[in-house]
Amino acid sequence: MLKITNLHAGVEGTEILKGINLEIKAGEVHAIMGPNGSGKSTLSSVIAGNETYEVSQGEILLNNESILDDAPDVRSHKGVFMSFQYPVEIPGVTTTNFIKTAINAKRSYLGLDDLPAKDMLKLIKEKAALLEMDRKFLSRSLNQGFSGGEKKRNEIFQMAMLAPKLAILDETDSGLDIDALKIVANGVNKLKNENNAVLVITHYQRLLDYIVPDFVHVLHNGKIVKSGGKELAFELEEKGYDWLK
Amino acid sequence: MNKYTEEDLKKELQNQEYEFGFYSDLNSETFPIGLNEDVIRAISKKKEEPQWMTDWRLDAFKIWKEMDEPDWANVNYEKPDFQSIAYYSAPKKKEKLDSLDQVDAELLKMYAKLGISINEQKRMNNVAMDIVVDSVSVATTFKKTLGEKGILFMPISEAIQKHPELVKKYMGTIVPKKDNFYAALNSAVFTDGSFCYIPKGVRCPMELSTYFRINEGGTGQFERTLLIADEGSYVSYLEGCTAPSRDENQLHAAVVELIALDDAEIKYSTVQNWYPGNSEGLGGVYNFVTKRALCEKNAKVSWTQVETGSAVTWKYPSCILKGDNSVGEFYSIAVTNNHQQADTGTKMIHLGKNTKSTIISKGVSAGKSQNSYRGLVHIGSRADNARNFTQCDSLLMGNNCGAHTFPYIECKNNSAQLEHEATTSKIGEDQLFYCNQRGIDTEKAIALIVNGFSKEVLNKLPMEFAVEARKLLEISLEGSVG
Repeated sequence: MLKITNLHAGVEGTEILKGINLEIKAGEVHAIMGPNGSGKSTLSSVIAGNETYEVSQGEILLNNESILDDAPDVRSHKGVFMSFQYPVEIPGVTTTNFIKTAINAKRSYLGLDDLPAKDMLKLIKEKAALLEMDRKFLSRSLNQGFSGGEKKRNEIFQMAMLAPKLAILDETDSGLDIDALKIVANGVNKLKNENNAVLVITHYQRLLDYIVPDFVHVLHNGKIVKSGGKELAFELEEKGYDWLK
Repeated sequence: MNKYTEEDLKKELQNQEYEFGFYSDLNSETFPIGLNEDVIRAISKKKEEPQWMTDWRLDAFKIWKEMDEPDWANVNYEKPDFQSIAYYSAPKKKEKLDSLDQVDAELLKMYAKLGISINEQKRMNNVAMDIVVDSVSVATTFKKTLGEKGILFMPISEAIQKHPELVKKYMGTIVPKKDNFYAALNSAVFTDGSFCYIPKGVRCPMELSTYFRINEGGTGQFERTLLIADEGSYVSYLEGCTAPSRDENQLHAAVVELIALDDAEIKYSTVQNWYPGNSEGLGGVYNFVTKRALCEKNAKVSWTQVETGSAVTWKYPSCILKGDNSVGEFYSIAVTNNHQQADTGTKMIHLGKNTKSTIISKGVSAGKSQNSYRGLVHIGSRADNARNFTQCDSLLMGNNCGAHTFPYIECKNNSAQLEHEATTSKIGEDQLFYCNQRGIDTEKAIALIVNGFSKEVLNKLPMEFAVEARKLLEISLEGSVG
């Protein structure tokens, strides 16, 4: 599904990612862990196509096609979804209106007509229930005045709506209490199947109790320094990151 | 000036700089340029006006000659040369029309280009339109339905002839001839506009609508609108305008007077889309407008405006809250892009007891434009328990535009309650990336964000107007983020 080879990227001449190699197959869950400043968030931003970062070398293939030249919205249409660590607020735009616009933009890219309002509503109801979301949130301005947990839940709700091939969860556990964490993780687990893949980016092992990874990679100083199974996460929790440096 | 050709039109439509920038070759009759008493007499004669009207104009002209053009607004432009403007331009005289079929085919085509199919509008939207093109009304529709209710809705020139008692009684009472430089000029040379009278206790059954359009190179357009809502009546009035592109600055100095008698309510909505000039700041309409309403006891006036056009805008729709318990509202979105300059806002003059006013102003600036809010809230000494709430929000796009707020508050009564809120924000890269990530491209994302920002005002517009307004906001900001 996703194949990253020798990826170098940075911002304003400072290299942050220094040769990343990573392959994720359909049906797999990968976790990337690492200390602050190791390049975790940069990696997710670069996959999503954030133009703040410049790719100087390497390749990112999605289903055997390079997506490096694609604008972020095109990558989204092709199936890349990123749950933001800090979801933005858009005053005056309801969550419903926002997701409707997103869904129809994707449909238009695929050459389809807008989803009829009735079907849209049905889909929204169904996915909101999956995330145990109070539907009041759907008619409020996007993320405005939402608590940390509500914001993250809203991210996974959008993921459910857009049904991506590759979902990147960037520090989704930050700012969540244990109940919210369970609901969010539960939502992700329900959405997982053999045709899609999840890349979890996290600092702590906590989230991985609920979203169990097939592979764990440790990122340090812009490189993956160690890969292993889910037991690697426990080891990191116990020993910290220092022993890998 | 060179004649605007079909080739030019094609080019303009191709690069879509100004979506509505086309030119209709109507068979026009235009006065020679310049302004003096003879020109004014000629305008008055052309309009077959009674002597009192001619004298009124001449008096206004005398006042105007003594006045100076105001320079306090936060705008810079080359002052128009008032002697190089043609003050009258009319499609060649034709007999009065009863149905739209008789209207100039060119004209109908023009409306079709604007996306305004009159037949459609008539049928689907229940809108009566008094079409104003180049200063002369060509057709009036729905007259019959309105007539049954006793509602008068006609070109002002017709009202001067048919209802002189009403025109005489009210014209110039809210915006006096000497009110300001442009109001005085308008009083002297206005060539058309609309007149509307809603009788006592009548609720106007449809939205009244007028489309204004400047059409002849180098002609200024001086509209005069007079709207009287008698006791206990209600009317919603829509005004929307677009103008064709040209290289020369065009002057538009309108006067709108609203009178809401006891217990009456007027909703006045405007979508303004005059030609804003090209991306270099060349051309564009100067829009210097005086709009003011008088509210008697328990009366209510709401101004809602969506301003996306004009090179320079100078406009402050105001309410004089004279009667006790009267209410004034002002909802505004002003969008400026490229080199546009807007200095707009309102005045709420509280004179009566328990008077209330609300001001919601949203400014969006992009490109190298300057967008100013200028508002006055005045509480008179007898206005016990007056209330005002003001909210001014500015949204900036890019690093070369400006947003300014000039709120004035004069309070002469201690029982007043005044609130003022202001915010300034910028469309952030992070917001755009977030939208992009969800598959929404940058242009759509901007439209979404701006629409969200303007929501409180857009919601105040009548339905069919709101759709058009949304479209306009999007068109106006196309290409504003590189």
